Amino acid sequence: MPGEASDNFLMGYIRFAHFAAAYIFAVGLLGRVYWAFVGNHHAKQIFRLPITNPQWWSEVFFELRWYLFLEKTPKKYVGHNPMAQLMMFFFFTILAVGMLFTGFALYSEGAGLGSWQDTLFGWVIPALGGSMQVHNLHRLGMWIMMTFVLVHVYAAIREDIMSRQSLISTMISGWRMFKD
Amino acid sequence: MLCVAVPYVATKPTGDIPVTETFYEVLRRQGITRRSFLKFCSLTATSLGLGSAAAPRIAHALETKARTPVIWLHGLECTCCSESFIRSAHPLTKDVVLSMLSLDYDDTLMAAAGHQAEAIIEEVKKKYKGNYIVAVEGNPPLNEDGMFCIHGGRPFVEVLKETCADAKAIISWGACASYGCVQAAKPNPTRATPVHKVITGKPIINVPGCPPIAEVMTGVVTYMLTFDRIPELDRQGRPKMFYGQRIHDKCYRRGHFDAGQFAEAWDDEGSRKGHCLYKMGCKGPTTYNACSSMRWNGGVSWPVQSGHGCIGCSEEGFWDKGSFYDRVTDIKQFGVEANADTIGKAAAGTVGAAIAAHAAVSALARARNSTSHGQPEKEGEK
Repeated sequence: MPGEASDNFLMGYIRFAHFAAAYIFAVGLLGRVYWAFVGNHHAKQIFRLPITNPQWWSEVFFELRWYLFLEKTPKKYVGHNPMAQLMMFFFFTILAVGMLFTGFALYSEGAGLGSWQDTLFGWVIPALGGSMQVHNLHRLGMWIMMTFVLVHVYAAIREDIMSRQSLISTMISGWRMFKD
Repeated sequence: MLCVAVPYVATKPTGDIPVTETFYEVLRRQGITRRSFLKFCSLTATSLGLGSAAAPRIAHALETKARTPVIWLHGLECTCCSESFIRSAHPLTKDVVLSMLSLDYDDTLMAAAGHQAEAIIEEVKKKYKGNYIVAVEGNPPLNEDGMFCIHGGRPFVEVLKETCADAKAIISWGACASYGCVQAAKPNPTRATPVHKVITGKPIINVPGCPPIAEVMTGVVTYMLTFDRIPELDRQGRPKMFYGQRIHDKCYRRGHFDAGQFAEAWDDEGSRKGHCLYKMGCKGPTTYNACSSMRWNGGVSWPVQSGHGCIGCSEEGFWDKGSFYDRVTDIKQFGVEANADTIGKAAAGTVGAAIAAHAAVSALARARNSTSHGQPEKEGEK
């Protein structure tokens, strides 16, 4: 980046984009949590795993076998299939909350002592072993999220084609179509 | 310096004040003029961020308060905190603090030695019970019953516990006392343990840094002695006035950071132009200290000004947080030397390849089964 520092603001704009995206993400996540309370049982799926239900677990393993080509015909679900629910719980819900907490904790370092970010999330930094550690964990979270996007998009497209039920168009229309 | 000679009249403490010298009396006895004394009060008020109105209050406190004795203990350490402390930039600050401190015991600075020296601790403990300050440099090792650090023939941890038992407050000097520093770095063979994990039930002020800045040390002591209370502390027990902001927040190279101008090698154009050292592993954005505002050696310079990134010496466990020259440092929990980016790229690459393979097999399976699903499609329901 040539020229005087006063003529440039590249890192500043990058940071602005990062923080703006983070706030939108945080508000969206809060909206999603609200929806889990007021929405139907499908809205609660990614926040609550029926881990005490053996039937659910057997269906998780059924889905695993389906993905390993060990089952010929897939089961059909109106909401998330049990395997997808498990993955969404860990790689979306837990990860998103983790990114929100580490993210706001790091943001509070710039916002300063006494800011609301510091009051709400500042404790995260000593709890996780210091600022550098939180930076590393937040960055690791980014890679987990990116890897999950790969798997998630692939699985959605594949299921749309292979499991004889609509997934992609359901996101828009709200209707799940079963082909047989 | 122009000094107006003020005849010194010793003001004897009256009434309920214990018969000991005040700070002011000690200073005058040592030949410090009133003018110099008032200048010191103004300087201290400014350095504590208190404004001009506080200067007379500091002066009043120093004139009326009896000196608080300080016992300065040395555990497992390198004495760099003492070295820093005695170099406090303003000569008057040094004089005043060394007098103010009433440094009754400091085995590296005091004249007395042996039993004579050790007797002082006992005397202070009795005479000023609950009213003295213990400043600890270094930390106690707990392994082998504390035998890795012997103080006057006994494990240091015992001396520390006994001395702190009747103290008013404890100051943990430096990274050693606050966090453990190099002797507590993995695998920590002597189990060197920070002071606040050994002493409980007493106010403990952590003043981290390896060493802390001289004026930070004298500032903390001055605050405690003049206002008779401990400074406001953050979550990690550090005084907010010196550890409230990161190096990065007050760095004079911050403009280059925001502009996206970075040194990317030690001898490149950016390095010569004084660009931000973030990509060279500067720990300024993750380090809380006052270096970028107070600087070192009387404001002469500080690491980033000298062209080297901050190594984060005032942060917990900074020896175990990977290289001083990487921004994305190693994550030891993964067993091998790996950082978030190598783990992430490996995971994304592996998963990407797995998805491609899975998609290929899926396509084959679908092609093989396409005849068995020939029935007409039916509308589902929500």
